[in-house]
Amino acid sequence: MDFTEDQIQRYSRHILLQDVGVEGQERINNGKVLIVGAGGLGAPIALYLAAAGVGTIGIIDGDVVDLSNLQRQVIHFTPDVNKPKVISAKEKINLINPDVKVITYQKLLTAENALEIIQDYDFVVDGTDNFPVKFLINDACVIAKKPFSHGGILRFDGQTLTYVPGSACYRCLFHSPPPPNAVPTCSQAGVLGAIAGMLGTIQAAEVLKYLTGVGDLLTNRLLTFNAKTMEFRTIKSKHNDKCPVCGSHPTVTGLVDYEQAVCDIESHRKQK
Amino acid sequence: MSKISVNGKAQEVETPISIIELIKLNNVAQPEMVSIQLNGEFVNRDEYDNTLVSEGAEVDFLYFMGGGQY
Repeated sequence: MDFTEDQIQRYSRHILLQDVGVEGQERINNGKVLIVGAGGLGAPIALYLAAAGVGTIGIIDGDVVDLSNLQRQVIHFTPDVNKPKVISAKEKINLINPDVKVITYQKLLTAENALEIIQDYDFVVDGTDNFPVKFLINDACVIAKKPFSHGGILRFDGQTLTYVPGSACYRCLFHSPPPPNAVPTCSQAGVLGAIAGMLGTIQAAEVLKYLTGVGDLLTNRLLTFNAKTMEFRTIKSKHNDKCPVCGSHPTVTGLVDYEQAVCDIESHRKQK
Repeated sequence: MSKISVNGKAQEVETPISIIELIKLNNVAQPEMVSIQLNGEFVNRDEYDNTLVSEGAEVDFLYFMGGGQY
């Protein structure tokens, strides 16, 4: 593709990067990335991928913007409260970069629609807030041989892992969802807003690395950090031959919608 | 006492020690919310009792992290 003068200017800081250059920027502009969840992680991921010029960004989320989202979901603004998150996100992406084609799915990712939706994309980013969908994304991506970035945050902690076909998947490390009644009670939950930005931008960087082929992806290692100590660690992991989805005798051969515990401010109030 | 590594930090324990004992020793509040790696390999939950950790082992407690919802 030939860049216009405006595009050369817009992407000049990427083009100047020796490892990226015009060729790398072209790969970014030709990239198709699906972001699952337009929330705490999805917001910074979408903003940075839009600014970077990712050609097609798909966003799937069934929620509307809630006042309690604005503490961390920086793609949504105060006047967006009650607006579908995918619409709010699309508006900001287009304001940042009209080059980006945005495809919105105002629904949940489910066992029924996951494979069909992800097939159109080069890379999938997990920006969800719950385990059922995290496992669904993993299984769908493993089955469809689609690279993806896992991300999770809780309180002051974050973790992320990148999967490419053949590397350790989320199930290699975490096997199966925690029992719904075992997840932390509401009084233990919550998240420091900036953590979402810290983790989301790491995931966005992984996407850009994947598209441009620059550097070493976070494959076969789980990056974790704690913002209280500001200590970062990468834990080496291996493909697990007994993994239920990518091991040598898989027991997960189709997609399932797992049960999910509900924890909102109302149940938090009731507990007190 | 022998030295092992837990979450990247040195720890002195009597080895061999089972994974289940090590979880207790480290006061893991919600064992259902961690996944265990021993020397970089996943340990199945039903093998915590009979999987023994020996001197020099590297153990990691990987916490389940959702998205702040829980």
